[in-house]
Amino acid sequence: MRLETRRTLYGYLFVLPWLTGFMLFTLYPILATLYFSFTDYRVLGAPRWVGLENYRALLADADYFWRSVGNTLFMLIEVPLSVVLGIGLALLLNQRLRGQALYRTLFYLPSVVPAVATAFLWLWVLNPQNGLAVPMNQALTQLGFSPILWFTDPATAKWGFVVMDLWAIGGVMVIYLAALQGVPSHLYEAALLDGARGWQLVRHITLPQIAPVIQYMVIIGVIGAFQYFTQTFIATQGGPENSTLFYALYLFQNAFQFFRFGHACAMAWLLFLITLVATYLIWKISLSRVFEEAVGD
Amino acid sequence: MARWGRVVAAHAALILLAGVFMLPIAWMVSTSLKPDDALFTERIVWIPPRIAWENYQTALTTFPFWLYLRNTLVIAILTMAGTVLSCLPPAYAFARMRWRGRRFWFWVMLSTLMLPPQVTILPVFLLFRWLGWVDTFLPLIVPAFLGNAFFIFMLRQFFITLPQEVVDAARIDGCSDWLILWRIVAPMSKPAIATVALFAFVWSWTDFMGPLIYLNDASKFTLAVGLQYFLGRHGEQWNLLMAAAVVVTAPLVGVFLLAQRAFVRGITLTGLKG
Repeated sequence: MRLETRRTLYGYLFVLPWLTGFMLFTLYPILATLYFSFTDYRVLGAPRWVGLENYRALLADADYFWRSVGNTLFMLIEVPLSVVLGIGLALLLNQRLRGQALYRTLFYLPSVVPAVATAFLWLWVLNPQNGLAVPMNQALTQLGFSPILWFTDPATAKWGFVVMDLWAIGGVMVIYLAALQGVPSHLYEAALLDGARGWQLVRHITLPQIAPVIQYMVIIGVIGAFQYFTQTFIATQGGPENSTLFYALYLFQNAFQFFRFGHACAMAWLLFLITLVATYLIWKISLSRVFEEAVGD
Repeated sequence: MARWGRVVAAHAALILLAGVFMLPIAWMVSTSLKPDDALFTERIVWIPPRIAWENYQTALTTFPFWLYLRNTLVIAILTMAGTVLSCLPPAYAFARMRWRGRRFWFWVMLSTLMLPPQVTILPVFLLFRWLGWVDTFLPLIVPAFLGNAFFIFMLRQFFITLPQEVVDAARIDGCSDWLILWRIVAPMSKPAIATVALFAFVWSWTDFMGPLIYLNDASKFTLAVGLQYFLGRHGEQWNLLMAAAVVVTAPLVGVFLLAQRAFVRGITLTGLKG
């Protein structure tokens, strides 16, 4: 056997575990999902071809499908919030201070708590009758505002999840912290010599340097919003009044509670397309901005 | 003077924020130790009038904690072993072997990282149902033995930092790639392998959707799903619920504190959330 052929054979043998997994659990399911999305498929009986009917039905469904899209889009508010809070915390934790290791551990800790326990915890903390929300609501009432009822009120239920997720920001913060530590110190030294101070250093050195990480985190954040599942499944099951019926939850309900496999697969493929488009757009926008900044200065 | 002011301000901000972040955890622990009659009060009570340690006893017996712990451990340990074994050879092939198709498959693997799990979940479920594996641990364990793109990428990133001369020297001595991987590269990569093992373990431990879909019989539940089931049945007994939540969370916090450095390294290596 020729050396080249043998090398290729060995290469494939080494990647065989992953390649098998890829074929069985990624490639085949993607294609199967695409096929099922064009069929009427329930638990009993074989899939029956219906063309674009599932997609048409979904796109015409304002009560559930579009509601879930709207709810999910609302959660995108977390993306800028987590960029600002994540970088802010990382900047604080990146200073040379005594006890910094302890601070870092404390901020990271909430993201170690399993999602099920996190959901429980916040249901109880934000419980408007007995939780930690009580003193806050008393203060609000005294100031003449109406109390916030969090998960029990359709108007504020989504904010409960925003608070819950920002609490577990440690995972994001650590990535920004690593990025900050990767910024070469000679850049700061040069800027200090040029007379830059405080916020100017952050604006002109730190942020441009960590821009690729921010971009990556924004993409992950947008994709993550469309996959948001465990917390809503546990805490609200989509309620009250479908105000927390998020895309991934409705997809799950279609697949495993209503057993409308065709609908679920159509939603899955739409999700796939949304993910691709979002990734592409963020990529393009931030690349052109980076380019403009390079030319503009 | 200005420097001192900044240090004090930074400490003040950090202490204040850390306090806010720790408040819910303190409330969880406090609630878990309250007797039933001290649960619903007008004012916020942090230290209960009587410390109700028995809540933990009750929670651990009404909720079959030890059984769920055993199930979770079986799944998490096998997942961890399978992940390490099945990710090392592909990572080595992508990092250190020259073969036709390497670039193509590496690109394919990276692009699967962005794929939402919902896209594949239903056909995979139907596949396991066809195999008769629903309501067993197999759908949660077997895929771990067939590689994981995140971890292969992570190991590959580590492998390319190893000195090429060591690998070359072994090749000249007549070592095959298989031997180089297990005898030379793997022992040199202990920190990276430990990180992968740790993440595989923790993700398996906290996985919710997998056990939710595949396990029906309450005796087969993992801690995550068992906890959710417990919530459904004891919705108003918040002291018991919080005790159960503390018990499920504590081992993970322990693992985190013990392996903190590996966690941070893993996150920086991959840019992944924990």
